[in-house]
Amino acid sequence: MLKRMSYSSFPEDVLEHVFSFVQSDKDRNAISLVCKSWFEIERWCRRRIFVGNCYAVSPRMVIRRFPDVRSVELKGKPHFADFNLVPEGWGGHVYPWIYAMATGYPCLEEIRLKRMVVTDETLELIAKSFKNFKVLVLSSCEGFSTHGLAAIAANCRNLRELDLRESEVEDLSGNWLSHFPDTCTSLVALNIACVGSEVSFSALERLVGRSPCLRTLRLNRAVPLDKLANLLRRAPQLTELGTGAYSSDLRPEALSNLAGAFSGCKELKGMSGFWDVVPAYLPAIYPVCSGLTSLNLSYASIQSPDLIKLVSQCQNLQRLWVLDYIEDSGLEALAASCKDLQELRVFPSEPFGVEPNVSLTEQGLVCVSEGCPKLESVLYFCRRFSNDALVTIARNRPNMTRFRLCIIEPRTPDYLTHQPLDTGFGAIVENCKYLRRLSLSGLLTDLVFEYIGTYAKKLEMLSVAFAGESDLGLHHVLSGCEGLRKLEIRDCPFGDKALLANAAKLETMRSLWMSSCLVSLEACKLLGQKMPRLNVEVIDERGPLDSRPKSFPVEKLYIYRSVAGPRFDMPGFVWNMDEDSALRLS
Amino acid sequence: MSPPLLGVGEEGPPNNISLLASSSSIDSVCQNNPELKERNYMGLSDCSSEDSSVVTNVSNENKTSLNLKATELRLGLPGSQSPERNPDICLLSSAKLDEKPLFPLHPTNDSHYQLQKNNKRVFSDAMDGFSEGKYLSNSELLSPRPAPNLGLKSGSVLENLGAQPAKTKEPATQKATQERPHAANETRSNQNGSANNTSSAPATKAQVVGWPPIRSFRKNSLATTSKNNDEVDGKAAPGALFVKVSMDGAPYLRKVDLKNYSKYQELSSALEKMFSCFTIGQYGSHGGLGREILSESKLKDLLHGSEFVLTYEDKDGDWMLVGDVPWEMFIDTCKRMRIMKSSDAIGLAPRAMEKCKNRN
Repeated sequence: MLKRMSYSSFPEDVLEHVFSFVQSDKDRNAISLVCKSWFEIERWCRRRIFVGNCYAVSPRMVIRRFPDVRSVELKGKPHFADFNLVPEGWGGHVYPWIYAMATGYPCLEEIRLKRMVVTDETLELIAKSFKNFKVLVLSSCEGFSTHGLAAIAANCRNLRELDLRESEVEDLSGNWLSHFPDTCTSLVALNIACVGSEVSFSALERLVGRSPCLRTLRLNRAVPLDKLANLLRRAPQLTELGTGAYSSDLRPEALSNLAGAFSGCKELKGMSGFWDVVPAYLPAIYPVCSGLTSLNLSYASIQSPDLIKLVSQCQNLQRLWVLDYIEDSGLEALAASCKDLQELRVFPSEPFGVEPNVSLTEQGLVCVSEGCPKLESVLYFCRRFSNDALVTIARNRPNMTRFRLCIIEPRTPDYLTHQPLDTGFGAIVENCKYLRRLSLSGLLTDLVFEYIGTYAKKLEMLSVAFAGESDLGLHHVLSGCEGLRKLEIRDCPFGDKALLANAAKLETMRSLWMSSCLVSLEACKLLGQKMPRLNVEVIDERGPLDSRPKSFPVEKLYIYRSVAGPRFDMPGFVWNMDEDSALRLS
Repeated sequence: MSPPLLGVGEEGPPNNISLLASSSSIDSVCQNNPELKERNYMGLSDCSSEDSSVVTNVSNENKTSLNLKATELRLGLPGSQSPERNPDICLLSSAKLDEKPLFPLHPTNDSHYQLQKNNKRVFSDAMDGFSEGKYLSNSELLSPRPAPNLGLKSGSVLENLGAQPAKTKEPATQKATQERPHAANETRSNQNGSANNTSSAPATKAQVVGWPPIRSFRKNSLATTSKNNDEVDGKAAPGALFVKVSMDGAPYLRKVDLKNYSKYQELSSALEKMFSCFTIGQYGSHGGLGREILSESKLKDLLHGSEFVLTYEDKDGDWMLVGDVPWEMFIDTCKRMRIMKSSDAIGLAPRAMEKCKNRN
């Protein structure tokens, strides 16, 4: 007789051990849905959580469900906050989370935050609450000063990573670095590139010298080039280096000194920094070029000939960020030399200039799409494009996963035919079946959205600006893009109809941002009242909402799903449209 | 709880777009997992696969209780006529013979929506029907044109609501400024011009907030770089120059782009408008100001009268009164600003004078 295996009698610790091999959040969530006992076991052994919108759930709920978490990642403000579209004071405060976790997760080791407001008080609380704290990553955050950093440096005995990527730090003193005690030797990654003021260089040198595990070091602009060689000699094991200002008086011995220091760094894979480059010093990094897989020259005002010389030596390059000084000719050279290239970002050197200042056109990108078979991620700023070019790129690179094109002037048509760029982007979504992220620009009608809704089935994030003709456009996207998680729209003629008709879709997405569109206050209220699991927030700085007719369009609208209900920290210019709030408005 | 169907007509299927929208997206999810049914035991949804199961349940329940009266709010604009032609119903009903559905109710097959010519005709017909006079004619107001313009601004929309779609106008910057007190901060003619636009050529490029989409960190870095390079030429560096402005008593601070202004007067009025919402609060929102937006002149009185002064922190870390130095010098040296009570600012004036003397 066959004995049926009873899952409930399977030893819990065996299950837990099996689960420990499952890291992905999606898989973990799936596990927790199998049955009650798996749910219980899984929730006790989940060690890492990711909350893509800090207002989608409350810290208390998270701690209640997952009692023993070691690593937390939170995101706050909507993406368009990067471009100053979200007013100061909007929110994204992390303090309530830290406060709750100080008691809920005493063993917390890692905190990663993106676009959140972090105060010195918060940093001090982190520093004293988590005895085994190891990793702090603050990406595009703000609200703290060097005093907060000093608290972290002084108290986190086992700190491994302090990464301040592009955050805004208030400079009150350069001495904070000296607060790392002499006993701190555990540092693996230090990124202070965004810190404006000078840090105490001797403290930095000593810190680097006593950190044998240091692999990532990103200096700020204030660290002069002549100090770099000494630092490199103390840390030849570095794999990622961000230089400070890359300029110095030209002295031949300085150049050879620096080149020698670089030669010693045999494991260097990625470089960044390069502010204020003096091209004569570029040859110093030639010794490491062939090993580089990632190069960020997006702050470097180097002209095309020097760039060509540089990238031609980086045959193993997988990721390049560069200014448009590289021009079409430089991209041609890139396409010829760097066959492993996966990601290319070209930023504008003069984004507000009326006339082009460099010879960078669609040809450059077409070239790279032809020459680099692994190219899958593109961010490209330029001033003209054509449907033909887009179709060519789409055909060359069906493996494209992230495609962001920014034609600098809004509503620019195909420069050859003066037609909208619908066909071109249509080809992108039709051919690139794995496309996860797309940003549109140029002249676009509702047709492009029809294409997107039809073909872009794996699309997760879409950014739209100055595009479309009617609600049809929005409707196509909301009804067609099954995997859509984040949609951000600005300055498009999308109004109430499509939004209301696709209300249910919004619960399957993380968030929707619409600014300078045609959504009426009335529609927002309707949406907010009918959809209790959505937070429908109207952002309007023009004064009290009831001073205008309900049919008037709102300035900005941010809708996100949440199980935590309306948030408590909305400033005066943000209103939640649910039932109770509606009473307050009238 | 009423179902998440908004503006639904009385007729039965297949006229419920929102249902279809949800079920089409849910169906495809379910198609991938024909055997497995997701259940949410604990009633706690997290931001993941559980949600789709919940939504499916909701939409399944609601399929049986479809007969909603069209009592939903009409979303026609003020002044729109013909009450019998409810645009919401018209939108959804395929039973009305003379109305064409705006949106395709079913894709012609499961997986792909056919982009056939006949379908397109439906759309354009429906579009024409709608632009007759119901709504803002999106196609007219925002017809795609190669010429650059300021992009859609709510200010211009406000101007045109209720009227028949007029000839397309450029959203006038001035009107936009009146309607939106912060427009001065956001959209304006770039009076300094770009680096390339040095002559008195008429083409001043209006700067739109947040466009092109470049992060502040990068913009500021570029600005500093080009300033270093241009110092010899004396050209103004392009790009934005955001500084924080705080106000005593206000719960949060604001940011302004100093490049948007060419003199103190402009900065001052922009700040007054920006911080008016705080001053309203102090003034008492229940009084006569309750329903009206505080007028500019009243606010000026409040600010200029006695209560507040505008100060800034310069590169040396000193707090100075705004207005003492030439505008160009001010932009160069201002790190951030603070609107402080006059009583607190008394000590500043002598220092400012001294500093000026030392400089000269």
